[in-house]
Parts: sequence; C-alpha cells; structure tokens
Amino acid sequence: MKKLFNYNEADSFVHNLCGVSKLIGFLAMTFTVMLTFDVRVIGVVMVLAVLTFRVSGIKLRDLKVVLYYISFFVTLNFIMTFIFDPGYGVRLYGTEHVLFAITERYTMTEEQLFYQLTKISKYAATIPFGLLFFLTTHPSEFAASMNRIGLHYKVAYTVSLTLRYLPDIYSEYQIISKAQQARGLEMSKKQKLGKRIKEYFKMIFPLIMSSLDRINNISDAMDLRGFAKHNKRTWYHTRKLSRDDIMVIIFTVTIFAGSVAVTIFINHGRFWNPFI
Amino acid sequence: MKQEPAVGFSDFTFKYFAQSKPTLKNINLTINKGEKILIIGPSGSGKSTLGNCINGLIPHSYKGKIEGSLLVAGKNPSALKISDLSKSIGTVLQDTDGQFVGLSVVEDIVFALENDLVPTPELKRRAAEVAELVGLGSVLKNSPQEVSGGQKQRTSLGGVLVDDVDILLFDEPLANLDPATGKKAMELIDDIHRKSGKTVIIIEHRIEDVLHRDVDRIVLMHEGEIVADMAPHDMIASDLFFRFGIREPLYVTLLKYAGINITPEMNPAYMSSIDIDSHKEEILRWYRAEEIDLPEAKGDETLGVKNLTFAYTSRKILKDINFSIKKGEMLAIVGRNGAGKSTLSKLICGFEKGHSGEILFNGENAGSRSIAERATVVGYVMQNPNHMITEHRIFDEIALGLRLRGIGDEEIAERVEKTMRICGLERFMKWPISALSYGQKKRVTIASILVLEPEILILDEPTAGQDYRHYTEIMEFLKELNRELGITIILITHDMHLMMEYTKRSIVLSEGELIADTDSSDVLTNVDIVEKGSLKETSIYHIARHIGIENPKSLVDRFISHEASLRRDK
Repeated sequence: MKKLFNYNEADSFVHNLCGVSKLIGFLAMTFTVMLTFDVRVIGVVMVLAVLTFRVSGIKLRDLKVVLYYISFFVTLNFIMTFIFDPGYGVRLYGTEHVLFAITERYTMTEEQLFYQLTKISKYAATIPFGLLFFLTTHPSEFAASMNRIGLHYKVAYTVSLTLRYLPDIYSEYQIISKAQQARGLEMSKKQKLGKRIKEYFKMIFPLIMSSLDRINNISDAMDLRGFAKHNKRTWYHTRKLSRDDIMVIIFTVTIFAGSVAVTIFINHGRFWNPFI
Repeated sequence: MKQEPAVGFSDFTFKYFAQSKPTLKNINLTINKGEKILIIGPSGSGKSTLGNCINGLIPHSYKGKIEGSLLVAGKNPSALKISDLSKSIGTVLQDTDGQFVGLSVVEDIVFALENDLVPTPELKRRAAEVAELVGLGSVLKNSPQEVSGGQKQRTSLGGVLVDDVDILLFDEPLANLDPATGKKAMELIDDIHRKSGKTVIIIEHRIEDVLHRDVDRIVLMHEGEIVADMAPHDMIASDLFFRFGIREPLYVTLLKYAGINITPEMNPAYMSSIDIDSHKEEILRWYRAEEIDLPEAKGDETLGVKNLTFAYTSRKILKDINFSIKKGEMLAIVGRNGAGKSTLSKLICGFEKGHSGEILFNGENAGSRSIAERATVVGYVMQNPNHMITEHRIFDEIALGLRLRGIGDEEIAERVEKTMRICGLERFMKWPISALSYGQKKRVTIASILVLEPEILILDEPTAGQDYRHYTEIMEFLKELNRELGITIILITHDMHLMMEYTKRSIVLSEGELIADTDSSDVLTNVDIVEKGSLKETSIYHIARHIGIENPKSLVDRFISHEASLRRDK
C-alpha cells in the first residue's frame, strides 16, 4: 500500500482529460443512473462505460481483485433483495408472471427478476465510471477539481492531505502492531474476537498520540507558508479546459438532461414498465 | 546610516500560558542582515522556542505572555499576520516528513505560492527555477514516499526559497539525515548564503557537523538564557561547551588528550582552519605513548545470518547478506536511509516474512518461529518510545509482556521490580508514564523488552534527537547492560560518534548489500566505505592524514582506547 489508488500514468483520451471534467462526467453519469430505473437509459450509460473503458486502455485483468470484490457484493445484494422482499417487483409493476416457486413466499416472478436485473445494471453502469475516475486522474488533481466545482479549498485540501499522509500512518500502524506482537500480543485468529478488538484499541492509543504530534507539525508547516491567507488559492495541478473537456462536459450533462426528460415526459416516474 | 538588523531581541521574555516559568528569559540578541548564526544549547534550553518567536509561530500558533520587544525585518511579529511574516522569513522545520504537505515534490515547493494566488503558468516557471537551485530537478514528480530524507529537506528549503525571503531559519536541520547527507545539506545552505546574501539562522546541537562550513557567530543558550554570543574560534577555545554539556568537535577532544591548550589563535572552529602543524609533535608523542588496548569479542555465535535475500515484489531490498554475531557483542549497523537496515532488523524479529536464506538463533534456524517466539531471544526497541507505550503506569507497561505470556502475578512483580532496579527506574515506581521525560520513557521501553529476558537487543536509532547529556545517559546505560548482563546489543544508527565511542564493530549496508563488516575505526577511516555507506570520515582521520600517520585507523584506535581508559578510571 504505497499509494492509495494505483493511478496509472498513460496517454489516452481519458487520461488526458482534466480532473474536473472527469469529475463532472462521473457525477453526471452517476446521477443519470441514480435517477432512473429505465433499463433503456441505463443501457445507454452501460454502453458508454464499456466504450470509455476501451478508450482508456486499462486492462480488466489489472482490476481482477477489485472486480471480484464488486461482483461478490453485487451478488450478495441480489440474493438479499430477494430474501427480504420477493414480492416487490409485483407490487411495483402491478402484474404477476410466475417463473418458479421455491416456497409460497419465495416465488420468483418475471417482475421481480426484471426489477433485480435493473438494479444490477445500475451498479454495472456506474461502477466503471467511478473506477475510471480514480484510475486515470492524478491524485494531485482531485483537490483542484473539487475546488473548481465549488467545494471550498480548505475542504478540498483535506482530501489531498489525507491522500498524502494515509500511507505514512498505515506503515506506522504496521510497525506499532508488530512491536506489540513481539511483546506477546496475539493478533491472529487464534485470539477471541472480543479480546482482539480490545487489543486493537490499545495499539490505536500510541498511533493517535503520534498522529496528534504529526497534525501539530503539519499545521505549523502550513501556517508558516501562508495557508488560508486568502479566500481562494491557485493549484499547480490544474489545467485549462481543452475542446475535448468541454465536449465531454456538454455530452455527459446532455445525457443527464435526457434521463431527466425521459423520467418526466415518457415514463412519468422513475420506472419504465414493460409489463403493461 | 546604520543598517536595520534582520532580527533584534531586547529584554525579551516569553512564558507559555501552560507553564509556570518563562521559557525565554531576558533575551538580548541582534542578528544583522546577511549574517550566518548558529544557535546551540541542550534540550530544553529554549533554542527552538527562540526560533518560533522569530518565525511568528509564537504568538500566532502557540500562545503565551511576551515582555520586552522583538523586531524581525524591522517589524513586530505579534502585530503582523503569520502569512505576512512568511514573506520575509522562511522556516525549515526539523520533521522532514511532517512539513512535506504536497502530494509530490513540486507541489510542496509551490505550496506558499498557491496560497498567494500566483497563477499556474507562473507556478511552473518558479518551481523549475527553485528546483534547479536546490538540486531536485529530476524528482519533481515523485511522491514523498519516493524521495530520501535529504531530498525531503531540500524540498522544504525550496518551499521557502520560492518566496524570496530575506531570512532563512533552520530548526535542527541535521536531525533526520545520515552523515553524508547532513554534510551536503550544510554545503547547500552555505552556498545559498554566499550567493544570495540572505540572513541564515541555524538551530542545532551537533556542532561539529554544522561547522563543516563557516558561521559568523555562535549563540549558546542554557535554561532560557543566552549565556554566550561569540565568534566561533573564541567559543571553541573556551570551556563553555564543557560547562553546559555540549559536545565539542572530536578533533578538539583529541588535541586536548594530547595535552594541547586550545587557543582562539589556533583557529580551532573548523577542521579546515585549525593549526595542527605547530602541534604535530605533541600529537605524535601522545599517539606513541601508550599501547592500544581494545578487547576482542569472544564467545559463541548468538545470531547468524546466512545468504539472506529479501524482495518486495520485484525490487530486492537485501541481497545475499552474511554475518555472525557473538554473544556479548555491542555493534552497529549503519548505512543511509533505504539501505536495508530496518528491513534487516524486521526480518530478524520476524516482522517481515518471505526471505530466502537463513536466520540462526544460537545455531538454530528461526525461520518458522512466530514474532512472539522470536521475542524471547531478540528484543526490538523502536526509535520513538511513544510508539511503544500503551499503558498509563510504568509498572503496567513493563509488566505487559509478562502478563500477555500468562505468567503469575507474584513472578511478574518480582521480575518487573528487578528490571526497574537495573534500569534505574525504581524511584518512579508509582509514577504515570506521562510525567517522564523522553529519555526516561526510552528507559521504560527498554525495560519493557528487557523484562522478557532476551539475549539480543536491537535498538533503532536509540539516541536520535537527543542532546549530549541524554545521549551519554542512554549509551552508558546500554553499555552497562552489555557488560553486566552480557546482553548482545545491535544498534541501528546514523551517529558516527556513537559508532566510534560505543561499538567495536560495524556492519555497513549500501543498497541492500553488505559492503563492510569490520572494526568501527576502520569503517570511519576507509574512504571507499565512507562514500558508499553515506557516512563521513571522522575528523581524527583528517588529523592523522595531516600529521602523516600512515594508518589513520591506528590514531582512531588510540583515541578510543584512551577514552575507554578514562572511563575506567572514573
């Protein structure tokens, strides 16, 4: 864990975009998909996600671990949705087409399956954009981008500081934990969970103390170099928006607007009902 | 017209609100424009507080009561905002990590300019200029985790130079650097001083290393007061260092051993200026007067390392390391940051796994033992005692390891009390740990390991950041443990004084390879090892060369042997 996100430096259309246009694009796509349960709209975003991934040149096999995690949680979500409320689809769409029945309560209907597949497609459409944003944006650009879309720079800079010091604190934690284990602290699965949690807290104490020292130092260093002097600040890692950036912003915002229009004028609500 | 001074204290007294007594008392000090000043003093003498008054952290970040007056660049820091003050004075702090606030070198350099609303294209231009000046051109894009301690410090220096400040303040610039990097840092500061004519203030207690280059004056502080403000040659020739517990340069100590009276006329402040020629005979006479008497380590092997290789992913951190340590030895492992010293100790203690080759405890392969199992043979003491302490009371802290091992209360009480006696902590029996000084906390952490009765102690930078008195205290204590209890002691260090005074043998690592395993006096006089290990030759080596002693090591050995006999007589 040398760096939090494995930003991969490369030369592609996606990499070369400004952080801020990528952030806007990512947010626009997320809102589009959050808003609607219309698979046609979600389908469009999914196709875009696949295309953008292609263009970025990022290999899926580099993301193997992340993808395993995501598919695990999505599957879990799928099963849990069914267990908690197997009749939701029927109530939602107002018809009932039984596919098969496990018990009386747990009956799978076309409506339920359709609802759950729609939900999965929502994850499938947004997650790639989130990954792309983190993988193709230089961490240094995060703060500048957030500041640019309206967040105060002090808040934005906290994000930057977190990215800066998290690896240091993590390696400090490692060494503190090892030194305690050397004194006989049992942290492996051999130890009871309750006891283990108590031991974790014990180790956090020195970590907090040293982090407080560190914060003191950081704030001194920032004060001494005039942080928070003005209401604004400039950023080294910021770029002028290029033609590509503006196109991306217009394009993604248009798609979002389109999804709003579909919701209001065509579906008269967030759901598209193919059953009537 | 008389020129306005860069810094002027007059009858200045400062008391932190949280403390009952003033930290600075009646300070009168004038630093002229373009001067280069060294401020020295033991820990707690108030030298850092003095620095914080100059850069405005006092009273802006640390509150307290001020009497008397202070002018920095003609203005009163209390009346200005700290950000305005930062236009005329730039501070490089001691903690090279904490003050690196950017995600990369270049972002940290331009941090002050960003806060000052300098447009991005201008930022890039100025960053490139400054990077050139401090020699960071090739690592601009690197993250703080990817640069060395020396480069971090250069980054901080660059970060204040972008603002074109008039005064540069360095708070213990040598504290986190290896000897060679420290030497380069002093050269860089000196070059900038010469070229720019800026006022330079250095706060340090490692005098010999600062005096690698010239300074105009030395200010000595003690218990919040300025006790001396003199030209360097006068200061070195005086008895002030001895009186106030400051370490004098080693070559000065050597001349004193040889019975030479140090006078200001000898220009004794710098190795490059001191007059040795006229005292050559006296030194040689002393050198030949006594036999060198240094005991050899005997006994069986307690720790063996054979063909040890270790890599993170594909990068090799350690390459085919071999050495053997005998019972009762006290030795140093040295080398620059990233040379593999701490990885080596982590592997020995089992904190890191996945090496090839063997680690042997008393001849047995320790490969399969867990961290806790290894701890019964080898104890590891971290650099910062605050990283180890988890209990509130000293007794509990020392007893922790025994309790975790399920030992009975009676035995625990007995063993803890015995250990406290050995460590000179018995009078603190009932004290809370928070009431102890840094050095005492260090003792507590050593005691908490010692109580487990390990055969070997590994200490990571045991004296880092300590002044001479604390340094001596800690090292004499370790020496006692080594001699009285026969515990093998391995010191991971940058400190060459420590190597010379307390360890007979040193192992030098460079880029993951063992490049030397020999007498410490050998290491410090072998130009090749010194360079590869990022060390610095001891000044005694230069004297030996100067007066024509063929084998400089023998003069160093003579020095060590003399010191040992002095200590024995005490």
